[in-house]
Amino acid sequence: MASEAHGAEQGGLVFHPMDQFIIKPLFGGDHIGLFTVTNATLWMALAVLGIIAMMVLGTRSRAIIPSRSQSVAELAYGFIYKMVEDVAGKDAVKFFPYIMTLFMFIVFANFLGLIPTSFTPTSHFAVTVVLAMLVFVTVTIVGFVKNGMGFLGLFWVSSAPLALRPILAIIELISYFVRPVSHSIRLAGNVMAGHAVIKVFAGFAAIAVVSPVSVVAITAMYGLEVLVSFIQAYVFTILTCVYLKDALHPSH
Amino acid sequence: MASTTTEAAGHAADAAASAPGMPQLDFSNWGNQIFWLLVTLVVIYFVLSRIALPRIANVLAERQGTITNDIAAAEELKAKAADAEDAYNKALADARAEAQRIVAEAKAEIQADLDAATAKADAEIAAKAAESEKAIAEIRAGALESIKEVATDTATEIVTAMGGKADDKAVAGAITTRMKG
Amino acid sequence: MEGQLAHIGAGLAAIGSGAAAIGVGNVAGNYLAGALRNPSAAASQTATLFIGIAFAEALGIFSFLVALLLMFAV
Repeated sequence: MASEAHGAEQGGLVFHPMDQFIIKPLFGGDHIGLFTVTNATLWMALAVLGIIAMMVLGTRSRAIIPSRSQSVAELAYGFIYKMVEDVAGKDAVKFFPYIMTLFMFIVFANFLGLIPTSFTPTSHFAVTVVLAMLVFVTVTIVGFVKNGMGFLGLFWVSSAPLALRPILAIIELISYFVRPVSHSIRLAGNVMAGHAVIKVFAGFAAIAVVSPVSVVAITAMYGLEVLVSFIQAYVFTILTCVYLKDALHPSH
Repeated sequence: MASTTTEAAGHAADAAASAPGMPQLDFSNWGNQIFWLLVTLVVIYFVLSRIALPRIANVLAERQGTITNDIAAAEELKAKAADAEDAYNKALADARAEAQRIVAEAKAEIQADLDAATAKADAEIAAKAAESEKAIAEIRAGALESIKEVATDTATEIVTAMGGKADDKAVAGAITTRMKG
Repeated sequence: MEGQLAHIGAGLAAIGSGAAAIGVGNVAGNYLAGALRNPSAAASQTATLFIGIAFAEALGIFSFLVALLLMFAV
C-alpha cells in the first residue's frame, strides 16, 4: 500500500504503520463531510451484510435439525445469551438484543479488518468511544431508573471500615468514570496495535536477508490477531454484561 | 540517526501534506464516522431484534419442544415394554407354579400307591414268616422228641449191654438233664 | 532534537507493554495453577480469567497509546 510508495520515494527503510487507518472518501474528493461515504462506511456496511448473511440468511430454513450455517448462528445466539444470563443475571435478558448487536458488530468488524488491504472500523477511537459511551450512558440510566438513588450505593462500600469509605467512594467514582475510557481504548488499542505491528514487520520484508523471518513473523502475528479479534469482542461484551450487572444489582 | 532524521523530516512533510500522524486523532472525520456507526448499529439492532433473534429463539424453543415430546414418547414406550415384560414374567411364574403343582400331585399319588404296595408286601411277608416259624418250631419239637426217644433207647441198650439193669426213670432223668445242658 | 526526545520517550513508554505482559502472565499462570488443583471449577472461571486478562492488558495498551502519541502526535 502507501508505505511501499513512500519507501520507494525515500530509498530507505521507512515505516508508515498508521497509514492503513487513514479514512478516505470512496468516490473522489478530499473533503469528508458528515454524510460522505468513506472506506470506513464501506467496511461497516460489509459488516452489516455479513451479519445479515449469517443471522438471517443462515437461519432461513428454520430447521429443527440445523444446517451448518444455521448452527453457527445458533452457536452465536447461545453464546451471548448464556453470557448475559450468567454474568448480568436473568433480568438482564431484555438487553440481550442490544448486547448481541455490539458483539456481532465488533466481531465482524474485527474479522473483516483482518482481510489484507481492508479497513478496520474498530481501530478508530471515534467508533469505540461511541460504543463504550453507549454502554456507559445506558448502564448509568438503567442504574438510576432501576434503583433510584440506591444506585449511588455502588460507590459506598458498606463492607469497608467507616473511615475508609469516603476515600473508597472517591476511588470507586473515578474508576466508574474511567470505565468508558478503558473500555474503548482497550478495543481500539488492541486492534490498532496488531495491525500496526503486522505493518512494521511488512516494512522489514523490504530487506532481502530478513524477509523470510519477516514473513514468518507476519504469519504468526496474523494468527495472534485472529485470536485477539475474537477475544476483544468477547471482552467488550462481557464487560458490558459486568457493568450491566452493577446497574441492576448495585449492592457490593 | 541520519536515517531517523530523514524519516522524521519526510514524515513531517507527509503529515503536513495530508493527515496528521495518527489518523485516529484527526477529529475532523469523527462526525462522519460516528454518523455511519450509528446508522450501522441501528440497522444491525433492527435486523437482529426484529428478524434474526426471534427466529432463532423460535427454532430453539421448537427444538426443545420436539426433544421433550420425543423423550415423553420414549418414556411411554419404555413403560409399555416394562408392562409387557411384567406380564410375560407373571405368565412364566404361573406356568411354573402349575407345573410344580402337577409334579407334586403325581409324586403324592405315586407315593400313596407305593406305600399301599409296601404295606401289602410287608403283611404278606410277615404272614409267610410266621407260618415258616411255626413249621420250624413243629419240626424242632418233633426232632427233640425223636432225639429223646433215640437217646433213651440207646442209653438203655448201652446200660444193658454193659451188664447193668437199666432203670428207666434214672435214664430218662439223665437224658433230660443232658439235653438241657 | 525535540522529535528525537519524543522517540526516546516512546521507547520508554513501550516498557509498559512488557509490564502488562508480566501482569497477563501472572493472571493466566495463577488461573492455570488453580485449574490444575480443582479442574471441576475451572470452566466456571474462564469469564473471570478473560476479564482479568483484559484489565491487565488495558494498562499495557495505555502505554502503547502513549508511545504512539509521542511518535506521531507530538
